[in-house]
Amino acid sequence: MKFANIKSLTVLLTVGAVSTASFAASHESKSSNAAVNARHAQMQMVSYSIGLLGAVAKGEMDYSAEMVSSAAKNLQALARMDKASLWIAGTEQGAVDGSRAKAEIWSDPDGFAATFKQMDDAATALIDAADAGAVGAGMGALGGACKACHEKYRGPKN
Amino acid sequence: MTRPAPLVQDIAAGHDADAARGALVFAAAGCASCHTAPKAEDKTLLAGGMAFASDFGTFYAPNISPGAAGIGGWDLPQFARAVREGVSPEGAHYYPAFPYGSYVRMTDADVADLFAYMQTLPASDRVSQPHDVGFPFNIRRGLGLWKVLYMDRSNVMAESADPMLMRGRYLVEALAHCGECHTPRDGLGGLMRDQWLTGAPNPSGKGEIPGITPAQLDWSEGDLVEYFTSGFTPEYDSAGGSMVAVVENLSKLPVEDRQAIAAYLKALP
Repeated sequence: MKFANIKSLTVLLTVGAVSTASFAASHESKSSNAAVNARHAQMQMVSYSIGLLGAVAKGEMDYSAEMVSSAAKNLQALARMDKASLWIAGTEQGAVDGSRAKAEIWSDPDGFAATFKQMDDAATALIDAADAGAVGAGMGALGGACKACHEKYRGPKN
Repeated sequence: MTRPAPLVQDIAAGHDADAARGALVFAAAGCASCHTAPKAEDKTLLAGGMAFASDFGTFYAPNISPGAAGIGGWDLPQFARAVREGVSPEGAHYYPAFPYGSYVRMTDADVADLFAYMQTLPASDRVSQPHDVGFPFNIRRGLGLWKVLYMDRSNVMAESADPMLMRGRYLVEALAHCGECHTPRDGLGGLMRDQWLTGAPNPSGKGEIPGITPAQLDWSEGDLVEYFTSGFTPEYDSAGGSMVAVVENLSKLPVEDRQAIAAYLKALP
């Protein structure tokens, strides 16, 4: 028994969009918009540095103070990148292909900035991590920072 | 045929309700993720108010805190019927925005433990707001027909002797209700069980909810457990949107439960 112009019913579980785990491909999804591509590149650099730290924490890579502090310092630098030339108005998801940026980035700039500060703090705490255990302990705060931003400011996979 | 299910009076007879176990059921079932107020800091205050947009209208999660404005005064049979059959104490059908199609598979003991735990939570006096649903979907009696068409208590994955797989099946198909988002729906909003967990369009209209069967997700069980614990993907991307709450909930469960969910996902066709 169908109604004439019924549309698919799907249920939203949270206010705004539902988001999901991303595959590496989404980091590399090309956009026609240069600012969007630059932001994706910034996030690829973030995942590269977190990957180094994660490998040390899991014992897949030997602990090295030089590598750990370097990765943490890079994360700190990435968190501090100036936003004006990256988060250009009018490049949110839906407005530009490939973008997953939610409109809240521009309507709630203080909240958006706070998530980068969270990442900055987590990275700073890892610069002097003295062994694999310390790196592992610091990964929790890093993951929390990633999730905090992605929960509110990143839309679903395209 | 569309009449609401009757109350069952002797739910979990002989079982001592355990609120501490109920807290784990609460985490796995994700109650706080939908029933806390939008942007609430306190994830134990189930004041309701979160909006869920759909093509049938917008639903607002009700207050389910143990106060008069919520479920205060409900008894266990009423609570059990609400959660598992989608029927209110007054005998009205709930909209399947509330995932009773999954919760129908909850055990009596888990329902009793959950009820006991929820009594320990703070009460909110926020009045639940009515859903914003247009004709003809505002006729609740019609949901009785929807239930006849779509309520399927049977499990999707076949029975097996592997206890970890069966625990994973219970977590996925009943409590964590993964299928409600990750399975496509037909034109009347019923889950297409023959495409179980193969992904669905995102209800916001933008993007996709991914499929999580082995054909679509090549992560190892270890990768899955890591994700459920920390939110990190194998490429060190991080969970976002609704999955943040899911990861926060799953990270509260024993690691064996996350392993069980991973085993289930890897065992899907």
